[in-house]
Amino acid sequence: MTAATAERPLKVLCALSGGVDSSVAAALLLERGHDVSGVTMKLWGGESDTGCCSVSDVDDARRVAQQLGIDFHVFNFGDEFGEHVVEPYIAEYAAGRTPNPCIECNRHLKFDRLYRRAEALGFDAVATGHHARVVVGPGGVRRVKRGADAAKDQSYVLSMLDQVALARTLLPIGELTKAEVRAHAERLGMRTAAKRDSQDVCFITSTGGRAEFLARHVPLAPGRMIDEEGRELGTVPAVQLVTIGQRKGLGLEGGGAPRYVIDVDVKRRTVVVGGEHSLYVSRVRCVNATWSTVPVEGEVLAQASAHGAALPARLEVLDPGPRSSPSSRRSSLPGSALLDGDPSVSGSDAPGWPRRGSLVGDGIVDVHWDEPHRRVAPGQTIAFYHGDEVVGAAIAT
Amino acid sequence: MRRVVIRGGLAPHRHFAERSGTASSLQAMASYLDHAASTRVRPEALDAMLPFLRDECGNPSGAHGAARRARAAIDNARDVVAEALGADPGGVVFTSGGTEADNLAVFGVHDRHGGTVVTSATEHHAVLDCVRALDGVVVPVDSRGVIDLERLAEALAEPSEAARRVSLVSIMTVNNEVGTIQPLRDVVRLVRELAPDALVHTDAVQGVPWLDVAWLGQEVDLISISAHKFGGPKGVGALVVDRGVQLAARQLGGGQEQERRSGTQNVAGIVGLGAALAATVAERATTVERVGKLRDRLADSLLAAIPDAVETGVERRGDGPDRSNKVAGIVHLCLPRIESEALLYLMDKQGIYASAASSCASGAMEPSHVLAAMGIPRDLARGSLRLSLGWSSTESDVDAALDVIPPAVERLRLFP
Repeated sequence: MTAATAERPLKVLCALSGGVDSSVAAALLLERGHDVSGVTMKLWGGESDTGCCSVSDVDDARRVAQQLGIDFHVFNFGDEFGEHVVEPYIAEYAAGRTPNPCIECNRHLKFDRLYRRAEALGFDAVATGHHARVVVGPGGVRRVKRGADAAKDQSYVLSMLDQVALARTLLPIGELTKAEVRAHAERLGMRTAAKRDSQDVCFITSTGGRAEFLARHVPLAPGRMIDEEGRELGTVPAVQLVTIGQRKGLGLEGGGAPRYVIDVDVKRRTVVVGGEHSLYVSRVRCVNATWSTVPVEGEVLAQASAHGAALPARLEVLDPGPRSSPSSRRSSLPGSALLDGDPSVSGSDAPGWPRRGSLVGDGIVDVHWDEPHRRVAPGQTIAFYHGDEVVGAAIAT
Repeated sequence: MRRVVIRGGLAPHRHFAERSGTASSLQAMASYLDHAASTRVRPEALDAMLPFLRDECGNPSGAHGAARRARAAIDNARDVVAEALGADPGGVVFTSGGTEADNLAVFGVHDRHGGTVVTSATEHHAVLDCVRALDGVVVPVDSRGVIDLERLAEALAEPSEAARRVSLVSIMTVNNEVGTIQPLRDVVRLVRELAPDALVHTDAVQGVPWLDVAWLGQEVDLISISAHKFGGPKGVGALVVDRGVQLAARQLGGGQEQERRSGTQNVAGIVGLGAALAATVAERATTVERVGKLRDRLADSLLAAIPDAVETGVERRGDGPDRSNKVAGIVHLCLPRIESEALLYLMDKQGIYASAASSCASGAMEPSHVLAAMGIPRDLARGSLRLSLGWSSTESDVDAALDVIPPAVERLRLFP
């Protein structure tokens, strides 16, 4: 933890996934003298084999909690997960977009539902094992900063967080590299020290994959493949499963320059294919913009995937959105001193907790890439940085 | 910086004991109101078990003196079970608990006799899941949780093609979530009349502590019981089978329990079961009266203190709630604008242990199929609370619950 390290003990609800990162996060909080409780969210009741939140993962989390001597609870948020993550996932693919369910899970469950439960139960803050940091700048402004281990940085999936959420968020492992996290876990004799990281979406099995999951929920439709001149190139078996930028699996690999999917139109059941140059655009219109504090214009570094490069771009705000008012405009919150360890701050001065849906953005921005950039698949998040710190995010159209 | 010490192996026990003060913290600090989930082991049961955990180590299947003593001990327990249920000792099959007994009843009958299995919508998963696995028929219940006898009659009187022939009807004696007593005599009567070839099974796990079950042995063909619900240890129960009922064994091996359930018997557990059952039966009438009063005070006070609270499945009449169809030990409420998970957490923190609905494999609470079957709307069912009393419950348990629960509900209603 960086500047958000509190000097006085806090009642912290630490989200445990059963993986090594959250295990060590909990241990670090204990070392700093906080009163920690562990929680796993039960989100998906179906098959799960990707190493996040399956029954055996919950067992791992429980055992870690037992080893650390902390309370452990499981909260069933399956209904909200269905409503805010799974159903939209299906609807987005059905519409030809490429959603990011882990980001929606953060937006609606991890940093919304869980926070409201934490508030109801009398906690001071919520902690997770994300590889990222919360830093406090001049005037008490909080930002998500990339984790110390660039290869593992997870600031991208936390890019929707605003001042209210950040005031209640502790990210203990962000200062450590992955190797240091594992070493810490081994030193403590934790059973999850050597556990493989989970990479994939928790409700998509590694055996069936996305295709099998979607086939069960969306009537997959075959489509025609054409080039930029409209010439017929063939067909695809399921137009909803085709992603912009895709090259493989289209039956186009027979010699010549590589060709890529440059557009997908689900309504017209058409996939447009073109050369690599056609994949590159100079601008992307984005919606559902969220901001760390206030809408930001001008030069930023824009990152269009979890571990992609953050490239220079100019942000133009077309509509800041009605939501980017009071709470997010506050650059300094009364009582944000709570997490900075100011003992004179009492409960009634403490900042509020996130309201339901407060991390859903509605701003509209254009991202003007300094250099032509591969088209971002509609539905994907683009996170905006100043240096290593997140200033906002939006969803590509 | 505090040094964090990882505990492994045996340590978690010790750790819990350290954190909570003493190893017998359960009695000292907490109000345990989850007897429907499990009960404290009765002193008689513990005393009876100890020799078989210390020096007596014979295997009941053996021939020598130590084996014969073990055999005698479990056969004495067998007699206790037989008497409590009005059955023949030869019909008592000891199992690892109620779930195994239920599985043995449903699959054991079906594997041997085929046909269709019929059950009710509010059964425990140990019966319901088995019946669903066999594509059986699930009969609905009414808003009190009582089986719909008309719909049962319809299910039994199906045209008798070979495939639709009913071979087993399984209806629990008492529902574990809400405490509703099923009209088993009516069920038996209907089955004998409309499907005379069918067997009747009852999961009596929650009935034993509260009802006189001595008539079951005469009228019902298969009965499941579980020790840890009546002051015995966990991990042991029995299926009591009427003479002449043919069952396919689920567990094969050394042929124990008259070939119906192989495996070396859990001698200490069975001895504990017998002692606990004997004590339960002997004290039942006074326990029911004493606990019934505790239950009434608990339920009535909570209903008065919590605005909009609903006592599940209980009709309120001019002169007060009619709890005649519920066992003495269970209070079940539905609290609008409350989430059970959050309430149970706050109660737990203040030493009141209770539950709501059932847990799934990961330990999270699942929406209750029992409440859904009773037609309770989802919003109400989300705020369900089960407080269950037992042989060891006291006035101070009720006092503590009344101190903690209403303020916790009030607090949570501030955070919709």
